[in-house]
Amino acid sequence: METEISKINQPEQTQESLSDHERWASIIGGSAMVLMGLQQRSLRGVLTAIAGGSLAYHGATADKSLTDKVADAVGINKSIKVEKTVTINKSAAELYEYWHNFENLPTFMKHVRSVQVIDMRRSHWVANAPMGQTVEWDADIINDQPNQLIAWASIEGASVDNSGFVRFTPAPDDRGTEVKVVMEYDMPGGMVTAAIAKLFGEEPEQQIGDELRRFKQLMETGEIATTEGQPRG
Amino acid sequence: MKALCWHGANDVRVDNVPDPKILNRRDAILKITSTAICGSDLHLYNGFIPSMQSGDIMGHEFMGEIVELGSAVKNFSIGDRVVVPFTIACGNCFSCNRNLWSLCDNSNPNAFMAEALYGYSAAGLFGYSHIFGGYAGGQAEYVRVPFADTGLLKIPDELTDEQVLFLTDIFPTGYMAAENCNIKPGDTVAVWGCGPVGQFAIKSAYLLGAERVIAIDRVPERLKMAKEQSGAEVINYEEIDPGEALKEMTGGRGPDSCIDAVGLEAHGTGLDSLYDQAKQSVRLETDRPTALRQILVACGKGGTVSIPGVYGGVIDKLPIGAAFNKGLTLKMGQTHVHNYLRPLLEHIQKGDIDPSYVITHRMKLDDAPKGYEIFKHKKQDCIKIVLTP
Ligand SMILES: NC(=O)c1ccc[n+]([C@@H]2O[C@H](COP(=O)([O-])OP(=O)(O)OC[C@H]3O[C@@H](n4cnc5c(N)ncnc54)[C@H](O)[C@@H]3O)[C@@H](O)[C@H]2O)c1
Ligand SMILES: [Zn+2]
Ligand SMILES: [Zn+2]
Repeated sequence: METEISKINQPEQTQESLSDHERWASIIGGSAMVLMGLQQRSLRGVLTAIAGGSLAYHGATADKSLTDKVADAVGINKSIKVEKTVTINKSAAELYEYWHNFENLPTFMKHVRSVQVIDMRRSHWVANAPMGQTVEWDADIINDQPNQLIAWASIEGASVDNSGFVRFTPAPDDRGTEVKVVMEYDMPGGMVTAAIAKLFGEEPEQQIGDELRRFKQLMETGEIATTEGQPRG
Repeated sequence: MKALCWHGANDVRVDNVPDPKILNRRDAILKITSTAICGSDLHLYNGFIPSMQSGDIMGHEFMGEIVELGSAVKNFSIGDRVVVPFTIACGNCFSCNRNLWSLCDNSNPNAFMAEALYGYSAAGLFGYSHIFGGYAGGQAEYVRVPFADTGLLKIPDELTDEQVLFLTDIFPTGYMAAENCNIKPGDTVAVWGCGPVGQFAIKSAYLLGAERVIAIDRVPERLKMAKEQSGAEVINYEEIDPGEALKEMTGGRGPDSCIDAVGLEAHGTGLDSLYDQAKQSVRLETDRPTALRQILVACGKGGTVSIPGVYGGVIDKLPIGAAFNKGLTLKMGQTHVHNYLRPLLEHIQKGDIDPSYVITHRMKLDDAPKGYEIFKHKKQDCIKIVLTP
């Protein structure tokens, strides 16, 4: 499958010959399956590479700590990569607008306790970890295309290394807007690993799928379908 | 409040539980005035639907009076007398917009469970296990109704509860089953199962212009009702093979369409082998498609098979070759109740039909456990039980 990511995924020389603009355009124009095109590469690597030299990120090439190396060796140093798509019966503009205010995200993202928008670019995230704990990090918007795409990545040195994008594409005919979320959480090894591993419970795919579904419910019906709080099932 | 709760297969009890409360802005709380036991409830009672939890409140056929409204419900008032579709639907999604209400995208909070089983999730249902949302049911004194602004139908004072209660499910279900048959002049429709759903399918097939309806069951009083109330011809499948009888009765052509109003617990030639793998992975009992197998073979060429009877999982030895080689059309699914509320209410108001004729038993909610036993074993010629709190 010749996807835009497989283009991005080519050797360094070819990559350099693509302009940042073209690379983003290919993500926005979008194939159906983003992660499949990524294969072994990290989403963060791809996103930050195409975000260009404007931001310096602690990438895969940086020196690894001893714990990371041990984690690598025993194979627990795995990142969580999730790709989910849902079609929502609303215009791309309405959906983009709601999502773009990151402080709205905890309304439908269960793993996020709060987001505080610091400025146009930076936001502070607090996520629920097991046993009442929280994990926090700062993230930057690394690309923002009105009504089409928002991409973000945690800043260098953040305790939780994550990145992702949400893409809004009009669906055929009267079918609304296809909303694709691609997210990656990297397991750094060491202290916070266990906490992050549990951030999404046992099934990160399902959790993020559910969060996207709640976004759909909220946008289409004005509320999130629930039985939480009913005395009996 | 009092509510009929599931505690395991063949174990339902009237428990004292906390009253429901408004959880969302589009919710309503009803004080139940009448509620019924459905053949679908028997699938839960018999333990054939997975993901029930001890204490779950049952019941999806209910009506009552609005006692509390969420802030976003503007088209109803406290005190309105309403019936409630058993399928919960938002009215805003792609499926609802196409009138496929029982396939609502947004009403199942446990959609991930249904997705694991079925690929995609259909609507949430009242009192019908956690796969379908885990919503508390209406065999109770009160119930919470989500998306009340979309689902409820206000009932004119001059109609009694018993006349309109079955708009919640079985009348629309029988009607949609007949509508799915795409009945043309001269058509013969064969209906397997003469429970309440079968009875309304028979009535509706005539309403929609069927020339003949042939009803199949083994329970004498149910066959009798089909004959006397709707004018159906009847076949007792314990006395005669329905396939052969139908062929003879239709000049060798076979029925133009067949309705499976039996579902996954068909009685008959015994269980085929179980799918251990399916049971392990999805914890589903295998459905028993005895009636459906007969139907696929008995249906005439180019015919339509309409399946209102509920199936939940995997079935064995379905004669798909019979369906394929006769070019059959298969139609099925939970009923899009919302589509039928107003048109069928009109039929009732005009006196075309009084659905209360299927009621054989009237009981108090307190006696519901006894009601389940009577209905399950078809004791006392039981066909349909209505409960009042
Ligand atoms: N599609 C929907 O939305 C919907 C709605 C309501 C009910 N249902 C389903 O419809 C089915 C019937 O419901 P009901 O309330 O009438 O139930 P019911 O149990 O009262 O009726 C089933 C009837 O089928 C008969 N039967 C059993 N095996 C048979 C066979 N092999 N051949 C012919 N008849 C046979 C039984 O004797 C009984 O009379 C159930 O599966 C129920 O879950 C579906
Ligand atoms: Zn029912
Ligand atoms: Zn809907």
